[in-house]
Amino acid sequence: MNKRFLKGVKHGLPIGLGYLSVSFAFGMQCTENGLTVLQALLISMTNLTSAGQLAGLQVMVAQSSLIEMALTQFIINLRYALMGLSLTQKLGPTMNTPRRMFFAFSNTDEIFAVASAQPEKLHHHYLYGLMLMPYIGWSMGTLLGAAAGQILPEFVCNALGIAIYGMFVAIVIPPARKEKAIAVVALTAVAISLAFSYLPGLRDISGGFVVIICAVAAASLGAALFPLRDESAGKEDAA
Amino acid sequence: MSWPAYLVYLAVMAGVTYLIRMLPLTVFRREIKSVFIRSFLHYVPYAVLAAMTIPGIFSSTGDIRTALAGLAVAVGMAWRGCSLLTVAVGACAAVAAAQGLLLLL
Repeated sequence: MNKRFLKGVKHGLPIGLGYLSVSFAFGMQCTENGLTVLQALLISMTNLTSAGQLAGLQVMVAQSSLIEMALTQFIINLRYALMGLSLTQKLGPTMNTPRRMFFAFSNTDEIFAVASAQPEKLHHHYLYGLMLMPYIGWSMGTLLGAAAGQILPEFVCNALGIAIYGMFVAIVIPPARKEKAIAVVALTAVAISLAFSYLPGLRDISGGFVVIICAVAAASLGAALFPLRDESAGKEDAA
Repeated sequence: MSWPAYLVYLAVMAGVTYLIRMLPLTVFRREIKSVFIRSFLHYVPYAVLAAMTIPGIFSSTGDIRTALAGLAVAVGMAWRGCSLLTVAVGACAAVAAAQGLLLLL
């Protein structure tokens, strides 16, 4: 235990608490869709990503192809590549390749946001501390949700079912309010997604591909209409 | 779900997710020059989250009316800049309240 590690743990604590409630809902959804408690837990312990896991669960439940699983995860988690690129500029000299490989596992939106906000170059002890509580929170929440989801009364399950979507809304709205381009991209994605859900013909295309189509179409439109000018603009993804 | 099928899905899911996170951090050490690609990557998360939320949220609570109440509260709280956790809890509370109201009516 050293000071840097403890500082990281402290910074990760609120993230871990936030993850606990969101992953609780994910765990519940897993068992509702026929996965066992252990299967739900293993997804969270090996993936550590909210949107990707939710989409992955849908692919599993629909028994869709592995290609669809890979493509879905690739598109939905593509933002982590951008965050990773951005974070390379902040890593201190102690972050050698094995340590980078270890930390990379936990580079979530929130951990990236906190790490990027540090004034100094990042030391591996700090990053290890930072990843600890979010990892525990995400895993424990999933375990509890998967196990307790079956014994909780229905109205509680219904209410918790919206938690993960509430978090998504909270990630999108504030930057969309500030940047017109993000609002346009988000609304375009919603319009395409609605079309694929309700229009005859389009409706039959499976969920994973719909997310990919929406993301590529709306983000391409955004990139064409509103190309970034500011060098640091990519870092706002963490919001 | 049967374990063999599950494990194959899990391996693909976790493998792709990890590689996306790991490769840029370790291998790629220079900056992306293309403005289009940087812009595209910047907008991807918002497009993904928006498309996953609508219409998925409508069927997340078992009743579209309670889901709409939750969505409205979440948008309102997020608009005012509340944290991720606060918005998530607020949306749940709104759904619970809406369920109570529907029972009374």
